[in-house]
Amino acid sequence: MSFAVAGGRHLHALIGSVGRLARSPLATLLTLLVIALALALPAALRLFVINAQAATGNFANAVDLSVYLKTDVPLGKAQQLAKAAQGRADVAAVTLIPADQGLEDFRRYSGFGEALAALKDNPLPHVLHVLPRAMDGSAATLESLRRYFSAWPEVDLVQVDSEWVMRFNAILEVLRRLLAIAAALLGVGVLAVIGNTIRLEIQGRRAEIEVTKLVGGSNAFVRRPFLYAGVLYGLGGALLAWAIVATVVAVLGEPAATLARLYGSRYVLRGLSREDIGVLLGAGVALGWLGAWISAARHLRSIEPRA
Amino acid sequence: MIIFDRVSKRYANGREALTNVSFNVHNGEMVFLTGRSGAGKSTVLKLIALLERPTRGAVLVNGRNTQSLKSRHIAAFRRRIGVVFQDHKLLADRPVYDNVALPLAVAATPLKEIDKRVRAALDQVGLLGKERALPLELSVGEQQRVGIARAVVSKPPLLIADEPTGNLDPDLSLEVMRLFRRFQDVGVTVVIATHDHHLVREFGQRVIVLENGQVHGDAADPLPSVVATR
Repeated sequence: MSFAVAGGRHLHALIGSVGRLARSPLATLLTLLVIALALALPAALRLFVINAQAATGNFANAVDLSVYLKTDVPLGKAQQLAKAAQGRADVAAVTLIPADQGLEDFRRYSGFGEALAALKDNPLPHVLHVLPRAMDGSAATLESLRRYFSAWPEVDLVQVDSEWVMRFNAILEVLRRLLAIAAALLGVGVLAVIGNTIRLEIQGRRAEIEVTKLVGGSNAFVRRPFLYAGVLYGLGGALLAWAIVATVVAVLGEPAATLARLYGSRYVLRGLSREDIGVLLGAGVALGWLGAWISAARHLRSIEPRA
Repeated sequence: MIIFDRVSKRYANGREALTNVSFNVHNGEMVFLTGRSGAGKSTVLKLIALLERPTRGAVLVNGRNTQSLKSRHIAAFRRRIGVVFQDHKLLADRPVYDNVALPLAVAATPLKEIDKRVRAALDQVGLLGKERALPLELSVGEQQRVGIARAVVSKPPLLIADEPTGNLDPDLSLEVMRLFRRFQDVGVTVVIATHDHHLVREFGQRVIVLENGQVHGDAADPLPSVVATR
């Protein structure tokens, strides 16, 4: 069989499949809608995770510790301690905030300037600001550093400043896992929907399949239009899912921008990237083909011509 | 062309349709297969078209033993046999053209070639000009001729027909039989199962008579007595 002939056969089968889908538009549309929703849900969830991560990206890595020294520790000792802390392998940077500077900052930013002026002594201690080297900000690294500094006799209190960031990262991780599970379950759902649709179509065309086999149609020949139908369902569903997600992003864009502005950010909601769209369409096509193949393999074999 | 060697066929329900049937059909021969309903005519045709496999014995068609044929080769095997049915098994939702073109389409024939051959086949059965008609828009005789066009369009060396005149009046039956005769004239081997003795006698071809799943008579020039008892 030449390439041209093979191409012609495939084209013929493809056109036939498109024609059959177009002949029952409502049923086809409903099937596409179910597939589209099943594909749109994980896509939207993924966008949510990506946006949440990106919107908080500025401070997600800023996991650090504040080491409060006792108030009776002199500045010189504080500088020594800062140097010692700097020597540790798991510490990226140490900033010493002397008590005077701390008070000055507090006066400037807190709005309690007048009240603080009434204080005779500076009640604030010297503070070491420690940035761990591990960029992942893992809980274990932070905990070991916290314990290490707590053990120093000069230290009053060690505070992990960004615990909420870690919690947030943990929530994102849960969401990411959830996304994978949802994608897998819904993928199986898409397989089932397409497989069942193809099964019904095979049953509806039983006579045609029998006659085709009778005149020498191979299993591959008989299967081909159903595989195309499956691919078309998957691709159509994926395109519809893309449209749904794009609509959702467009609708949410304005309120999300307002929300970001209220937090002093100019964050703009991200839509599906080119890669995301590629994955979405690819998943649709692959699921469609696989669903149709499984269904065809199961149901076509049982149809043999009877005289 | 066709060799039945001590063939028996028992169906899943336990009914033995053929018992120890042996006969040969040579290249270019035209053979009638007669007998009462249930005598085994249809089973013989099914074994030839590989719709069934023999329980015992061997069936050779076009030089291939059907028993040892792997399932992936069945499609190619069937393409070398044209089959005509009593109920013609046309696809009601496809025009005549598509119905006739089906055996060529499954054999990956180029479109141009398909067009030429479909027209030639329709011309042979006298239905040129009916390409766009749906089968149900045609008369019963015309439908049967579409079935015959489909059976011969890929020029198979073997044509088998199961009661092809069962639903036709005598005039149409004669016409259809003459059509088969014309294919035999160009070298096609033709096997026709029928219970229409008048037709069989009229054509004076070899007749294989089946009774209760056994060959009861096989006459190249059938004696009236053999046929008359049926």
